[in-house]
Amino acid sequence: MTISNQENILEVRNLCTSFFTDEGEVKAVDGVDFSIEKGKTIGIVGESGSGKSITSLSIMRLVQEPAGKVVDGEIVFKGENLLTKTKKEMRDIRGNKISMIFQEPMTSLNPTLTCGEQIAESLRIHQKLNRKEARVKAIEMLKLVGIPSPEKRVKQYPFELSGGMRQRVMIAIALACNPELLIADEPTTALDVTIQAQILELIKKLQEELGTSLMIITHDLGVVAEMCDRVAVMYCGKVVEYADVKTIFTDPKHPYTIGLLNSVPRHDLKVEGELSVIKGSVPSPFELPSGCRFVTRCPHAREICHRELPALETKEDGNQVRCWIHTDQWEKQAEAVSTHE
Amino acid sequence: MFVFIIRRLFQTIPVMIGVTLAVFLMMHLIPGDPAQIMAGERADEAQLEQMRENLGLNDPLYQQYFRYVGNAIQGDLGTSIRTDRAVTEEIFTNRIWITFELALYGTVLAVILGLIAGIISATRKYSFSDVSLMIVALFGMSMPNFWLGIMLIYFFSVNLGWFPTIGWESWKHMVLPVLTIGTGGAAIIARMTRSSMLEVLDNDYIRTAYAKGVHDRVVIYKHALRNALVPVVTIVGLQFGTLLGGAVITETVFAINGLGRLVVDSIRMRDFPMVQGTILVCAVLFVVVNFIVDITYRLINKRIELN
Repeated sequence: MTISNQENILEVRNLCTSFFTDEGEVKAVDGVDFSIEKGKTIGIVGESGSGKSITSLSIMRLVQEPAGKVVDGEIVFKGENLLTKTKKEMRDIRGNKISMIFQEPMTSLNPTLTCGEQIAESLRIHQKLNRKEARVKAIEMLKLVGIPSPEKRVKQYPFELSGGMRQRVMIAIALACNPELLIADEPTTALDVTIQAQILELIKKLQEELGTSLMIITHDLGVVAEMCDRVAVMYCGKVVEYADVKTIFTDPKHPYTIGLLNSVPRHDLKVEGELSVIKGSVPSPFELPSGCRFVTRCPHAREICHRELPALETKEDGNQVRCWIHTDQWEKQAEAVSTHE
Repeated sequence: MFVFIIRRLFQTIPVMIGVTLAVFLMMHLIPGDPAQIMAGERADEAQLEQMRENLGLNDPLYQQYFRYVGNAIQGDLGTSIRTDRAVTEEIFTNRIWITFELALYGTVLAVILGLIAGIISATRKYSFSDVSLMIVALFGMSMPNFWLGIMLIYFFSVNLGWFPTIGWESWKHMVLPVLTIGTGGAAIIARMTRSSMLEVLDNDYIRTAYAKGVHDRVVIYKHALRNALVPVVTIVGLQFGTLLGGAVITETVFAINGLGRLVVDSIRMRDFPMVQGTILVCAVLFVVVNFIVDITYRLINKRIELN
């Protein structure tokens, strides 16, 4: 039996997802832990290749086998481990209890089916509505996501809609069955800036109305500040910092989080000179450093960082960070270095 | 949709002009005097002149062309030299329907076998069934029709005595020719369906369908197959059109009196109006089939617009 906190709708524990290629195993997600409280929003942040999207696909059990596989861990949704569910049980959960919005509205809708058919499909599967009822509900959903003249749009094909409209349709599909958890994988990345704001506002509004818990995956810290209660910062398949949103922005602990924040242009601060960048690039998944994953780019790296991977330490305020700097070891290390000198 | 059909119909006009022009000019492109060919080797000068006058060969070329098209529109494609019957009568009384049946059954067989094999292969990529089906398809594509036809006759008619060797009367007569003509098409359709399905299955909207909780089977048949069918429909259309244009070899092997055999016989007998007429009818049929294919496209994927 799985023990879980009743307040949490989702608990991800030690999730490990790997891809098996000709060159070897790629640990795309390597021991990730986080949880989502009912009705709250968590942001998963990180660069491309940090394992954010694979984490979300693992939760949905949509990682393409046999190339990819969840090799370890637990995904506890409402007290039940999703990894032990059968195919059929998972189908009953997908689109019904847990829904997902994808990054690319231009290619995520089926070009040969009308928007109405695509929204109605999950209603017919999960709520067993007949064709007519599903259509009425589809029109209602289109109205809910702010699409003008929904009676007309319901008959249109995706190619007849703009990117923003398509993403609204995606949201309508995802929310049709009133899911308890909505996973949004970079929902605004492919959209214009003005449309981005509208879509985020829409998701936030619907989340409040429907009481849905939200997991939002993004590399945009603006989105995080706007939407999230808690944030997990990921780097090379591991969570490096896990904290409430305020702490992330006011008192970030991990050098990677600090680097990310410094590389965002801020209109409220007048900074002279060039915008700071995190030097170097994400290491190849085949040549990960043996110690801390961030060591190759970290300005503070010491010998211990090269040698050993730090654990995810929980602080007094409940926030977590994976960095030697915030351990007792660091001071000893500093002393060792100074004595050596 | 209506506008689409009308616009597409107008597009066939230049094609039809090209086809009639080519068929008409054939008469003038072959070496020697058409009148000589028609009247025969032993005709004297007076007879030849008479023949030229009858055929209107002394008029300017453009007048001859317009007369030819005018007659063709009214259903007059000339008279067969061999049988002395009207060309249209010969083609439409019997021959075209036999070929139509043969082409239709062959295509239906090809579509059924090809789609099933293609879908199985694509959904079980690199499995034993995928590899073996694709090897069979490779054989199907590589086998020449005349050889396959003869082998089928040898095993099923001569050795086993299950089916008659020649003719086109009962369903028993149809089995072997339809198999012969359908095999190649089935192989091409299977390979096409496989590659097209594999491409479609990689698309984002397939992942969306799975994320909605749609059953694997529905994802394949409703979400993937419909998108994968577009290139397959082209192949099916081309296959059917080609078969209508006379399954020359199959009809010859099985001694079926269809259009293909008519062309071969007419060429052998130098029955010029008949050859011309049959080619024109085949070309028109091909244009019609393509027209139907385009409308089918449009029904499958509403995004296809005429440019």
